[in-house]
Amino acid sequence: MPWNDLFTNMGNTNFFNFSFLPKYATAFVRGFEYTLLLAVVSVLLAVVPALLLALMRLSKNRLVKGISGAYIALFRSTPLLVQLSIIYFGLFHYIELPRILLFGFIAINRFIPGVVALALNSSAYVAEIFRAGILAVDKGQMEAARSLGLSAWQSMRLVVLPQAIKNVLPALANEVVTMVKESSICSVLGMAEIMYTAQAVAGNSYITLAPYVLAALIYFCINYPASKAIEAVERRMRRGDK
Amino acid sequence: MAISNDILIRVEHLTKSYNDGAVLALNDCNVEVRRGEVVAIIGPSGSGKSTLLRSLNLLETPTSGAVYFDGVNLADPSMNIDRHRQKMGMVFQHFNLFPHKTVLQNITMAPVNLKKKTPSQAQAQAMALLERIGLSDKANEYPNMLSGGQKQRIAIVRALAMEPEVMLFDEPTSALDPEMVGEVLDLMRSLAKDGMTMVVVTHEMGFAREVADRVVFMANGAILEQGTPSQIFDAPKDPRLRDFLAKVL
Repeated sequence: MPWNDLFTNMGNTNFFNFSFLPKYATAFVRGFEYTLLLAVVSVLLAVVPALLLALMRLSKNRLVKGISGAYIALFRSTPLLVQLSIIYFGLFHYIELPRILLFGFIAINRFIPGVVALALNSSAYVAEIFRAGILAVDKGQMEAARSLGLSAWQSMRLVVLPQAIKNVLPALANEVVTMVKESSICSVLGMAEIMYTAQAVAGNSYITLAPYVLAALIYFCINYPASKAIEAVERRMRRGDK
Repeated sequence: MAISNDILIRVEHLTKSYNDGAVLALNDCNVEVRRGEVVAIIGPSGSGKSTLLRSLNLLETPTSGAVYFDGVNLADPSMNIDRHRQKMGMVFQHFNLFPHKTVLQNITMAPVNLKKKTPSQAQAQAMALLERIGLSDKANEYPNMLSGGQKQRIAIVRALAMEPEVMLFDEPTSALDPEMVGEVLDLMRSLAKDGMTMVVVTHEMGFAREVADRVVFMANGAILEQGTPSQIFDAPKDPRLRDFLAKVL
């Protein structure tokens, strides 16, 4: 195939055969929104449990430490697809979810299990990020706070955590980016995010390649600016550092 | 600067060991600090000076022995140590200012969060303290904008904002460039003059001699000799103290 065929001969396996767009652009926009919502809600839901897990992991109490360690080990050592399947077919087999459409296209009964699985998975990774961030704060900071009479929790909340969170921002940004990508796995359970949309469009239009190329482009356009934006925020926050 | 007979801190048989007793950091230390007194702790590095000082506010947990402060034993695990630490200011070698807070916030954080003062009271007090050390123009700067000497003076003021009954200094000038040692020692001198009870771990022999009411010499985790500066510096008895002074003076 001569190279100029790339644009003129719009076969079904052409990289840039976007002729499906007039018909399916709306579906992709919805897929884009679905993916964003899935990733952002999951990571937001993961932050608080992750912080809790990290603090438990740093606790002196062996039982507390062990529970957190077991959770992290379990979720980091099994594939997300397996976790998703177990949560969807297992946990949510017993929990009846209403068949409501959110914003007219997000089916609650599929979205919630997906979000729960992603959040549970992500919290294990974010917990380790937080733990490393907390440990990276100079020991003298905790000592100075405690020497002023602040309690362990006040010292953690007022002195250590603000610095730890600043330390982990780049890693946290990576986690959001990872979640945007990982959430594509939810397509196997019929959640109409970007990947599912690409598969559906490829199936309906018989254009087998370009929908996935478009999907890749959309993922890139979410993740690249997102990581750049968080880098910029991090640079601004670093102004107060030593 | 009258020293009362009122004993503020009494350390009894304080021992601290690591690795199940394999390493003895503090070996049966006994020391008293009276209200208004300035006690300097000197000795070679690794002698346990800092460990002893940090045991006074339980930053180090002693293995055995007692630390009485205001009549209660802080080493008792059932003690609410936070309440007593509010009355014991501490100054560290590496300042340990909070880098994410401004100078003013560094000073007001503890008094406000421990409900000792309202935010406006704490702010007024902090500004008065900054005024005293000539750094009121730095109130809204972050610590990274300050020199080492300025950082340490602000760390001292941060501890003073809690209106402590005693100030503990852990080698406060050891991390400073030589030209900044003076300003920190001057501030400590003026605190001493105001009658503040102070325990100072230091390598500044001149300061110990001039400002301290009593000097404690430590080596290998034990207190080998204590007395007035002239007893310690002019008529040392312990051979290890003589050896130490020969090296540092």
